[in-house]
Amino acid sequence: MQLRNLVCRELFERRNQLGTSFLAILLGITAIVAIKNVTFYSEKAVAKELDALGANILILPKSATLQGYYSADMQEEEFPEEYVTRLATSDLQGLDNLSPKLCVPIAVEGKSLTLTGILPRNEFQAKAAWQGAGIFARPQGCGTTSIRLPLASKETLVRKRVIETLGEREALVGADVAESLGVKQGDEVKLLGKTFTVIAVLPQTGTVDDSRVFAHLHTVQELAGKGRVVNAIEVVGCCSQISKGLVQKINKLLPDAKVVTITQVVDTQIRTNRMMSHLSGVFLVIIVLVGGASTANYMYANVFERRREIGTLMAMGADSSLILRMFLLKALLLGLAGGIGGYLLGSVLAIALGPRIAGIPVLPMPLLLLWAVGLSVAIAVVASYLPARRAARLDPCVTLQEI
Amino acid sequence: MEAVAKSYNHRNQPVTALAGVTLHIPKGDFVAVVGPSGSGKSTLLLTLGGMLSPSHGQVFLDGCSLYDLSPEQRARLRRKKIGFLFQTFNLVAYLSAIENVQLPLFLAGMEERDQRVKAESLLERVGLADWLDHKPSELSVGQQQRVALARMPANDPVVILADEPTGSLDPDTSEDVLDFLQELNREGRTIVMVTHYPAAAQRAKRTVKLVSGRIRLDETISTIEPARDGQKDVI
Repeated sequence: MQLRNLVCRELFERRNQLGTSFLAILLGITAIVAIKNVTFYSEKAVAKELDALGANILILPKSATLQGYYSADMQEEEFPEEYVTRLATSDLQGLDNLSPKLCVPIAVEGKSLTLTGILPRNEFQAKAAWQGAGIFARPQGCGTTSIRLPLASKETLVRKRVIETLGEREALVGADVAESLGVKQGDEVKLLGKTFTVIAVLPQTGTVDDSRVFAHLHTVQELAGKGRVVNAIEVVGCCSQISKGLVQKINKLLPDAKVVTITQVVDTQIRTNRMMSHLSGVFLVIIVLVGGASTANYMYANVFERRREIGTLMAMGADSSLILRMFLLKALLLGLAGGIGGYLLGSVLAIALGPRIAGIPVLPMPLLLLWAVGLSVAIAVVASYLPARRAARLDPCVTLQEI
Repeated sequence: MEAVAKSYNHRNQPVTALAGVTLHIPKGDFVAVVGPSGSGKSTLLLTLGGMLSPSHGQVFLDGCSLYDLSPEQRARLRRKKIGFLFQTFNLVAYLSAIENVQLPLFLAGMEERDQRVKAESLLERVGLADWLDHKPSELSVGQQQRVALARMPANDPVVILADEPTGSLDPDTSEDVLDFLQELNREGRTIVMVTHYPAAAQRAKRTVKLVSGRIRLDETISTIEPARDGQKDVI
């Protein structure tokens, strides 16, 4: 006979009596685990979707009008390139790739094109003042793809709208431009009186990018005689940070600029996240109240029912700390069972319902097991403490009803 | 016990359970406490067992003042020196016979294997070797009392306090219980037994009669041999 045997025997022999409180904890934990599991994979899926879209925040001059996302930089309004420095050296969390752009209309062999100046990423890394600013450090939970892409990758520019390196006399040409000019990788092309080497032909995107030629920002600025200005800065903002007000924070940092985002997608994500978060919070409150009250009620009834047994144990020499431990150990076991059971049921529920509700595949999350067990045990033990203390303080004479 | 008084309120009415009781019980004695209902017999027994603090007076066990100890110290002392036997047996319903006997051994910190060996031998002694794993609800009333009898001396107590041990039993089982108590007494244990039954009281060495919380009679029964020489008072 050990304390754990004593507690387990009582639990097992009278398992029907704790059904309600066990069920309350089990169902509460099940609901929270299921919601958290689906939410996690839903956020991940949307984050991936956003990542596939490329940059999701645009910084434009105040007076600019936004006709289309991919042509946002193709307008005449400009603002200082120094805004990039301000962003890079700020303490804003969730900023990923910054891509300043300057567009200049040009004609090549009688064809009207857009020459777009872009800043390769190695230019950012070369600036000591920007080191450690967190620009290229991926915030946790973004769920986007790896930042390290092959040098001068075509995919890099198309998807991330940023490129690792770009020489002063190097150019990337859109698919339509390459076709109309008849150029391919390695050819030379003359732009604004200077000769550029085509280092890549970009894949077809179906956007205005297909009609662009990309060159180094500073080269374009110099050839167009524009000085250190840009038309737009494209930013990959971490989805979760956007929902926490990243756009507003950028607006505050750059009051003379206009900050827009892919609102439709981001708003949906924000709404989904907010709803899930509220739902999870509601369930948390319900489980704490219902599970806690139910457990406390059961424990009080259990102490009352067992007062003769408690008196007998005390007559045999049990002290109050042993009685307290006896009831708290029981609460611990109840919490453990509720937490583990809730995690298993919640995971099954999430896996079964995730594809139907959110249209995404859901996998179990082992981390939620710790969370579920911790919460469940905390509720059971805290709710049982007062009944357990009452048991420990019972007058053995009264409990034996011998007077 | 020295000038022990105990009063309490019952439904806002003051009740005097013990009114200045002084009682010396030598080691190895077998005392029957008799008296009408409400005379304070059970209060006296619980006070002797360190379970109920008196309003006035002192209770000594082996020279130690029980109620000058902390509740935890008293619990430890009960664990080592006192065994209780209840009229309603007070077995733990969800435990088997052997587990019930193991309880005081567990409380005393004995190893699980040793607990089981000792509990088995105790149950064998009361004739329940074949009923070790039966729960109280699966045993007859007489068998339940025998489990309680086996549990009582498990921690080798020097004092046994029995409250109406034959109150719920048929005559034959009552005789067995009284025989067992006498056997324990012969081993040198001090026994204080509360009883309504004159026949049970006659099995003791000494009878103390309580009326309204006071001792009205304290006589040694001559047919029973007195305590052995050299034994000092324990209570």
